[in-house]
Amino acid sequence: MNLTLNVWRQKNTQDKGGFKSYQVSDVSADMSFLEMMDVLNEKLEVQGEDPIHFDHDCREGICGMCSMYINGKPHGPQQTTTCQLHMRSFKDGETITIEPWRAAAFPVVKDLVVDRSAFDRIIQSGGYVSVNTGGTPDANEIPIPKKIADEAFESAECIGCGACVAACKNASAMLFVSAKVSQLALLPQGQVERKERAEKMVAQMDAEGFGSCTNTGACEAECPKGISLTNIARLNREYLSAKLTSENV
Amino acid sequence: MSWITDTLTSTIGRKVLMALTGLFLILFLAVHLAGNLQLLMNDGGEAFNKYAYNMGHNPLIRVVSIGNFVFILLHIVVSILLTRRNKAARPVGYKESAGASNSTWASRNMGVLGTIILIFLVVHLKGFWFEFKFGAVPTVDYDGVSFKNVYLIVQEAYKELWYALFYVVSMGFLAFHLSHGFASAFQTLGLNHKKYSPIISGLGKGFAILVPLLFALIPVIIYIKSLG
Repeated sequence: MNLTLNVWRQKNTQDKGGFKSYQVSDVSADMSFLEMMDVLNEKLEVQGEDPIHFDHDCREGICGMCSMYINGKPHGPQQTTTCQLHMRSFKDGETITIEPWRAAAFPVVKDLVVDRSAFDRIIQSGGYVSVNTGGTPDANEIPIPKKIADEAFESAECIGCGACVAACKNASAMLFVSAKVSQLALLPQGQVERKERAEKMVAQMDAEGFGSCTNTGACEAECPKGISLTNIARLNREYLSAKLTSENV
Repeated sequence: MSWITDTLTSTIGRKVLMALTGLFLILFLAVHLAGNLQLLMNDGGEAFNKYAYNMGHNPLIRVVSIGNFVFILLHIVVSILLTRRNKAARPVGYKESAGASNSTWASRNMGVLGTIILIFLVVHLKGFWFEFKFGAVPTVDYDGVSFKNVYLIVQEAYKELWYALFYVVSMGFLAFHLSHGFASAFQTLGLNHKKYSPIISGLGKGFAILVPLLFALIPVIIYIKSLG
């Protein structure tokens, strides 16, 4: 396959940046998108050009690092991570536009690399359980219905990649925050800090400058882990009931 | 008070204000439609004129109507605050965005639709509400009691093709606004349930089609009748 890539190049956070066009030839349909980028970068290095910077880590679809906005969609045309996207999803001769995640809370570090520490600060504000976990507990010591365990697990599948923010027209982080609040709100271990967690994580989300949720559903449609909108409804419930009943004035 | 203002100025709090005022306005639309359908009765406007009189004189209705204006205003003000915040959350936009593949057009354009509805509302209030309250409206007698003949004003207004058309087109925009707003309000309030969400979503779609359609039918029928 021969492709034309329109890639966002930006030297650093201060640089204005702009698109640059690259030709990649002899791309195998079985390559992953990141492998195709590697091939282009090797060519650029040989030519003495600065390679295109992009985030990547596990290349197994579980770390959430490979943030690329491809042809108008986070992680490209498939509902997966960029490392799990293969070149067979594209046509020979196609022009592919690659942009970084766009959000005030995710400043561009360089080219396609964005700083997602805003998510870490949200987790630090309340996305944890402060109990002494002790040794390995006996199985079924704390009885949790299978359905609830499954639901909590589904929320916990969120890898914090930020595709929800990237896809949302408001750059809202509600799907991420709702998954993180849900996974603990559903389980007995999460009850102690339940109200405080919802209050603090929403406050931090707002302080980071993410937008509000318009319920368009774009986040759910683009989430590589299939986190559902029911999490957002749960977060709304958690937050409102916490605000109404907690003793934090 | 700080926890109250904290809650109401948070993104979720503001969305809740949008949802609650929106749901009230949805209820208002249903009541307003029920009243307006009396315009189609073949009684020379008696039922509608008496209804209009009662709406203006019943103390309970007057309180609710003040509330209605406050809620409309709140719905507008909070939407502006949210839109400003949402725009600021993405200062640099995308070159290419495939929004159509992951969300409905209405859900992405609620602000635009709302603005068009606001323009309609201004024209609508000026044409009927303001005229009824402060204009020189001809009167009509029923059993010796004098009533303002709002029915006549409506009949005269919809004889104009462009005016009737303006109403019909505006109801189209309202339909799109409702098609997202109805179910979205419930989701914002956290009312999401395996059993009820599909029902709410279905009701929302039905409401979004039926109510604007019936509203739009009134100017259409009056215009056609005026042709003789």
